[in-house]
Amino acid sequence: MRELGRRSEMAEHPFKRMASSAASEQMRDVPQVAVAPLALIGKVGRRDEIVAACPAARALGIHVGMAATYARALVSDLDFRPAEPEADAALLDRLALFGIRRWSPIVAVSPPDGIWLDLTGAAHLHGGEERFCQRLQSFCRRAGFTARIAIADTPGAAHALARYGRHDIAIIPHGGVLKALSPLPVAALRLESGALAAARKFGFETIADLLPVARGPLARRLGLATIDRLDQALGGNAEPITPREDVVIPAVERRVLEPIGTAEAIAQVMHDLLKDLAEVLQRRGLGARSLRLIALRIDGGEQVVAIGTSRPSREVPHLLRLLKLRIERIDPGMGLEQFRLLAPHTEPLDAENLGAILAGESTLRDPARLVDVVAGRIGPGAVFRIAPVESHVPERAVRPTRPIETAGSWPAWQRPVRLFARPEPLSRVIALLPDQPPRRFEWRGRSYKVVAGDGPERIHGEWWRRNAEVWAVRDYYRVEDEEGGRYWVFRRGDGVASETGDLSWWMHGVFA
Amino acid sequence: MNPVSSHAQMGIDALRAMATPLADFRIMPFGAEALDARLASGGLRAGALHEATALTCSLVDDAAATLFFAGIAVREARLASAPVLWVSCRNDLYAPGLEQAGLASADVIHAQPRDDAALLAVVEDAVRDGTPAAVVAEASKVSMVATRRLQFAAAEADMPVLLLRRHRGRDRDPLCEPSAAWTRWRIASAPSERLGVAGVGRPRWLVELARQRGGEGFSLIVEGCDATGRLAVPAVPGHRTAETAGSVRRAAA
Repeated sequence: MRELGRRSEMAEHPFKRMASSAASEQMRDVPQVAVAPLALIGKVGRRDEIVAACPAARALGIHVGMAATYARALVSDLDFRPAEPEADAALLDRLALFGIRRWSPIVAVSPPDGIWLDLTGAAHLHGGEERFCQRLQSFCRRAGFTARIAIADTPGAAHALARYGRHDIAIIPHGGVLKALSPLPVAALRLESGALAAARKFGFETIADLLPVARGPLARRLGLATIDRLDQALGGNAEPITPREDVVIPAVERRVLEPIGTAEAIAQVMHDLLKDLAEVLQRRGLGARSLRLIALRIDGGEQVVAIGTSRPSREVPHLLRLLKLRIERIDPGMGLEQFRLLAPHTEPLDAENLGAILAGESTLRDPARLVDVVAGRIGPGAVFRIAPVESHVPERAVRPTRPIETAGSWPAWQRPVRLFARPEPLSRVIALLPDQPPRRFEWRGRSYKVVAGDGPERIHGEWWRRNAEVWAVRDYYRVEDEEGGRYWVFRRGDGVASETGDLSWWMHGVFA
Repeated sequence: MNPVSSHAQMGIDALRAMATPLADFRIMPFGAEALDARLASGGLRAGALHEATALTCSLVDDAAATLFFAGIAVREARLASAPVLWVSCRNDLYAPGLEQAGLASADVIHAQPRDDAALLAVVEDAVRDGTPAAVVAEASKVSMVATRRLQFAAAEADMPVLLLRRHRGRDRDPLCEPSAAWTRWRIASAPSERLGVAGVGRPRWLVELARQRGGEGFSLIVEGCDATGRLAVPAVPGHRTAETAGSVRRAAA
């Protein structure tokens, strides 16, 4: 540190350097700060094993394949978490999909921890192989992964070098595979555990040990699969990569000569787009469950409207009617010049057998179209059917369900047509205990004189739901007053045992 | 053919059509003779708007009006083997109770819009779609123009639109407002027949036709919906005084 320079020379500010050095230290610390010793536990066979351990944990003596209990005993404050192989696979799959869109058209997952990229003819797009490797590695670092990358003539060799090679980035020139693979251990060849054990027994340690051995005896000792793997790695056998398929969302696009802004013009464009999209969908045997129309304004703004259908459909008039309901939500501004119609959610839609309908044995008319129309107007949550629930408690016996499902039916007990969400208390009730309907009651400020009554229909509480319902009982009566009003009233409690209820009376619904 | 005579033939046809008192439309009979005979065309017109309201603003009358329409909708749904759309802003309808009038869970699709304006839009959309067998709507505020629109849409689609007018206040009769509905009903629950034992008999309703096109109003006591949505007329009317055939107890709108 130069603090005492000549007067003509500007001295460095003493705190500046310190601050910057502290910052750089912090930068270097980032990977270490993030790591509390962490190990993942998974089931291997019948025992819990460590399936992955972070560098800090490895420094403490935890290694992959160790029994979980042993590791726990070794380091008591280690952060153990269950391994999630499905989540790992899903992440790899996403990464492969990303790779298809960004790096190469042929990308495949190589489970459990790798990805194959076919760079043939794609490397120059990324500035050459070396530059691509650096960019890929920095991408992985930014995404929070450590990456090892190998580029070789064969997938097998790249697989081996990426896992067992000496360097994080290995680029093997043409014809250099044999030399690069020779020092690697036999395990790099993706062998079965039986073959690996046999190789250890026979003293084959590196791939170089395998090369001079005659192939016949080698196949007898290590199995034919080993020979195949060796040939695949060295390029003697072809090993094609089956790429991950990127499902393309059906989309169509139209540009208009002049910017448009009227509802009629937008409807016309919608119609044209839908006709195009219907063709695309028909070719692929799909029906749209949701559509998204993106309109580009001339000022660069985007207007997005979306619709959903209850069944897959590619019927132009129906979809057009649903889309037209959304026209009023498009703000054309100074004019719209480009339209894209996507079908983000599609389902298979094939030809239907119309035999029954043509023969006149048609069943219920399909309500899907009606449901779409109404849902387009008031939202999909506001259209529903009411399905039975297996519960005797009246307010729990119904639940809303999807409108295109048909549900069962209720038991044929007398039920009111209007049911109050909350029962309303009755006052001044005169009734004989334990099982007579009330003679008179007051409700909503009026008194009612009962002339006839049915009941009781006893409904017990559902003890499996709440503790308070364990002994609860409701006795329901259907009563009729002098003027012909028919009501559904109930009494809490069975009139004998006091723990079943407090004998209060309630109004729960009205009959017609 | 001679063009003059064909022209004359057409003119005669047109004149005959004009002279025929009843248009050629589909009828939904109630299946109860006493009721059908008093309706102008022997039953309710299928492609039309029908209104009903509770006679008083009490909840029991409202329930009776609800089931009265439910019964009509059931019979229509059985005929067309299509679901019924029930549009209401409230959610106190109890589906097991509807099922006992014949409208099973598989026969009804419920829609619950936020307000009456959205409700009328939904009803009109559904009628123009043509899928449902009938549309039942519960609304309180419906303008004359809206009813006319619904009536036109219903006639075009040949689908009954059953509008349940709710009371907006204790003293305001919903049927006082003008409407283009084909028929307008007031429904109230009436005392059931006393049974020999202590129990409630089959429900009875006081059905009052306030207005119909091409006919007179009347009021009648009927027995409520059975499990297939059919009404019946009691063999011996319980309250003869309440039945005043051919005239209306209250001023029709």
